[in-house]
Amino acid sequence: MTSRPAEVMPFDVGRLRRDFPILTRRVRGRPLVYLDNAATTQKPRCVIEAVADFYTRSNANIHRGIHALSEEATARYEETRRLAARFLNASSPKEIVFTKGTTEAINLVAASYARPRLKSGDEILITHLEHHANIVPWQMVCQATGARLRVAPIDDTGAVILEEFEALLSERTAVVALAHQSNALGTVNPVARMCRLVRENSPAVVLVDGAQAVAHRKVDLKEIDCDFYAFSGHKLFGPTGVGVLYGRYEILKMMEPYQGGGDMIRAVTFERTLYKDPPERFEAGTPPVASVIGLGRAFEYLSGLDRMALSEYEDELLEYGTDRLREIDGLRMIGTAKRKSSVISFVIDGVHPHDLGTILDVEGIAVRAGHHCAQPVMERFGVPATVRASLAFYNTRHELDRLVEALDAAKEMF
Amino acid sequence: MNDELRELYQQIILDHNRSPRNFGDLPGATHSAEGYNPLCGDHYFVRAHVSEEGIIEKVFFEGSGCAISKASASLMTSAVKGKTLAEAKRIFEEFHGMVTGRREGEEEILGKLTVFSGVREFPVRVKCAALPWHTLVAALERKQEPVTTE
Ligand SMILES: Cc1ncc(COP(=O)(O)O)c(C=O)c1O
Repeated sequence: MTSRPAEVMPFDVGRLRRDFPILTRRVRGRPLVYLDNAATTQKPRCVIEAVADFYTRSNANIHRGIHALSEEATARYEETRRLAARFLNASSPKEIVFTKGTTEAINLVAASYARPRLKSGDEILITHLEHHANIVPWQMVCQATGARLRVAPIDDTGAVILEEFEALLSERTAVVALAHQSNALGTVNPVARMCRLVRENSPAVVLVDGAQAVAHRKVDLKEIDCDFYAFSGHKLFGPTGVGVLYGRYEILKMMEPYQGGGDMIRAVTFERTLYKDPPERFEAGTPPVASVIGLGRAFEYLSGLDRMALSEYEDELLEYGTDRLREIDGLRMIGTAKRKSSVISFVIDGVHPHDLGTILDVEGIAVRAGHHCAQPVMERFGVPATVRASLAFYNTRHELDRLVEALDAAKEMF
Repeated sequence: MNDELRELYQQIILDHNRSPRNFGDLPGATHSAEGYNPLCGDHYFVRAHVSEEGIIEKVFFEGSGCAISKASASLMTSAVKGKTLAEAKRIFEEFHGMVTGRREGEEEILGKLTVFSGVREFPVRVKCAALPWHTLVAALERKQEPVTTE
């Protein structure tokens, strides 16, 4: 485990909340209780200011101009790449590709790694708890190549059954794609162990969808040892429009480009184009420069916090919220895996999740009610939808108390 | 409890949600359609019996969804009974105008359906109230594809 940085302040949720301007907002006349962090997290002031500052003082395109502003923009853009590599404990910034989010990162691997290589007889293995973003791109690869999609089942708690996962691995497995953490259930997959199982039982490359994990615990790619890792900046206190794809350099190096255009080429003639090396090879066109710079600021913000203390605090909060909600008559938790984090998904007898969502909204409480882009998970638990309260380190027990009160009132009404 | 909420979830709506009318299969239906709201998973089948003269004699619905959609379906089945397709569409037009806030909602045309006027304060719930109606119209117009609210 990494040691705690010595210079950081002790954990103080009140102080941290002051870093997030939106948290002082009132919604429908009540103080906002933001419990939809799995959809997107709020942004600290320093990230908002970094984006504004870029447009105010440094705006220019990158990798193009020879003028001062362009140099400055390029330097700050590339600085984020270094910060991302450090954030993930990757070997080199060259292994960091900027995308527009997790979805594009997965599609990039599907299009540039899997499509040109897979053929009929090959298999792609995913798990039952994946987000649609980690299902549909693989189905598309299967359709195009004749490969077959296999799905590792989950048990009644929402945990992947590791024996079955292992049994599905074979010489035929070419790609394994799995979530680090489920957005619908909160289940945390033992990804390091699963990557080891993949290595021992198949020649497959492994992609880990880290969209839900990065905001809640420190990610160490040396420990996980996957080939690809994907996440979205906006779920990590950064701006929308930017995501990160980590790829093992030897693998990135042999992959075809994803999109063609400017910035990804070394030389173009009408006969032949020479592509740049990764990561530029995969970054065609003008990227969302300001968002990338904002994401860099988010990495810096997090590195100034005691992330172990944040995770411990969130886990306590999850336990507190789970216990409080369990007191509600007729409430059923969806997703009770031993290893879970930051997500409380539930249904209440006789009150549809969508109605609960509206009732909570009127109280200023933001949750998500729906299938969470994970319809196979909903089907597995026999519900059309759930209410999902998802936490970040700036949430408090008091906010969870307000959630419980509002749910009690809703039950009374129905 | 907040006033907007009380307006939205009026007693009649809660009652129809708990015990929906004309709920179940309708054997021998002349028209039927399926409606689905991918956002929240509301999913209904609407079946109708229409006489040779074009009078809607009976409408039944089946499926599951939120209180607003279920109560809307339930109240709809009574509202269109004995009406023609054109009359049913006229009611829906008025209803839709009311829940989207474009119209007051004529009590003469809507009758009990005015209990849905509170929906206008909750734009994301308009689709819930409208889904059963879209499905009914599709059934009556013999649309083959399932209706979605997207
Ligand atoms: C587990 C998981 N994977 C992928 C995604 C897709 O992320 P994005 O929409 O930012 O591309 C999400 C977002 O909800 C997610 O929770």
